[in-house]
Amino acid sequence: MDTVINIVSWLLMTSGGLFVLVGGIGALRMPNLYTRMHAASVTDSIGPILVIGGLILQAGMTLASIKLTAILVFLLLTGPTASNALASAAMLSGHKPELAQEISEDDAV
Amino acid sequence: MYLAVALAVVVTMGLALIRALLGPTVYDRVLAVNMMGTKTVLLLSVITFAIGRPDFLDLALAYALINFIGVLAVLEFFRKRSELDPENNTREAE
Amino acid sequence: MSKPDLHTPQISRLASILILFVLLAATWLVWSGLFKALLLFLGLVSSVLCLWLAIRMRFFDDYLFSLPVGRGYLRYLVWLTREVIKSSLDVTKVVLSPSLPISPRIARIRAGSDHPYDQVLFANSITLTPGTLSMDLDEGVITVHALTEQGMRDLLAGEMDRRITALRGK
Repeated sequence: MDTVINIVSWLLMTSGGLFVLVGGIGALRMPNLYTRMHAASVTDSIGPILVIGGLILQAGMTLASIKLTAILVFLLLTGPTASNALASAAMLSGHKPELAQEISEDDAV
Repeated sequence: MYLAVALAVVVTMGLALIRALLGPTVYDRVLAVNMMGTKTVLLLSVITFAIGRPDFLDLALAYALINFIGVLAVLEFFRKRSELDPENNTREAE
Repeated sequence: MSKPDLHTPQISRLASILILFVLLAATWLVWSGLFKALLLFLGLVSSVLCLWLAIRMRFFDDYLFSLPVGRGYLRYLVWLTREVIKSSLDVTKVVLSPSLPISPRIARIRAGSDHPYDQVLFANSITLTPGTLSMDLDEGVITVHALTEQGMRDLLAGEMDRRITALRGK
């Protein structure tokens, strides 16, 4: 049982590390602000879920797990909020996104 | 093995740092700083287990709080500034 | 379209103050982990201070704790986690492919629910899912920026909105 948990936890953590790395590469490669935010959101959502999930499996039923869960919940709650604030601040300051396809008013569903 | 994850996180922080230095707009830099902040939280959590000192988790949470408030404060500052001075807000070099 | 009633609390004001106090005290105990008289006293002082500040901020005037947390939310979280993993893989493919096949686009999406909390949940879920990013929320209409056409099409299919609207349901 212990080895199974160990293996699962290492799988979670290494894949989390890979996703984090991909987000970093994306933040460098993407051509403009809004597309970079998509890449950064990979490191902000799936990265913490996998890495902290793996750590929780390692910690087992301890106080550390509770703290890790609190950190994870906090990151997942604040990440989108900060992204929204960043996107709307950029929009308000007149930073226009480059689009492959122009927006039409019929898009409102 | 913790080292591998920590290394991935540190490399990502390096990439984010490069993005923060390259810019080009101030919002790119804020994005990079925010990214570095969340990566710091992850790094601290991993380090906790790597060296077996549970008190590092408290630092991780404190850093998460500071990072969030800090990013919002910085954004508020730039928003206020671009309202006051609409001439030079988007293409900000340094 | 009737405005949802935000000012009739589902539970009494005193109850929500007590809930917040218990949450604060529990947080203090978990993080301090020490049960000395002085530290417990300091915890009590800071909890009460936070409560006083929250009351001064009119934190309890709108109704708080109004998310009907239950099995539905748990199911939604599991579904959302699956979506996050799926779209993370999509974005990973895009980032790692040498040609960088992005086609950023914007659409306005009307949230199915009138309730502001549901709309915020919808907007934050969109942002949490890599590949889509909500830029603005105004009167229930969310401006969404998507990295690829596929990501936008998935969102416009409306599965997420349906699930969130169903949460409050009936």
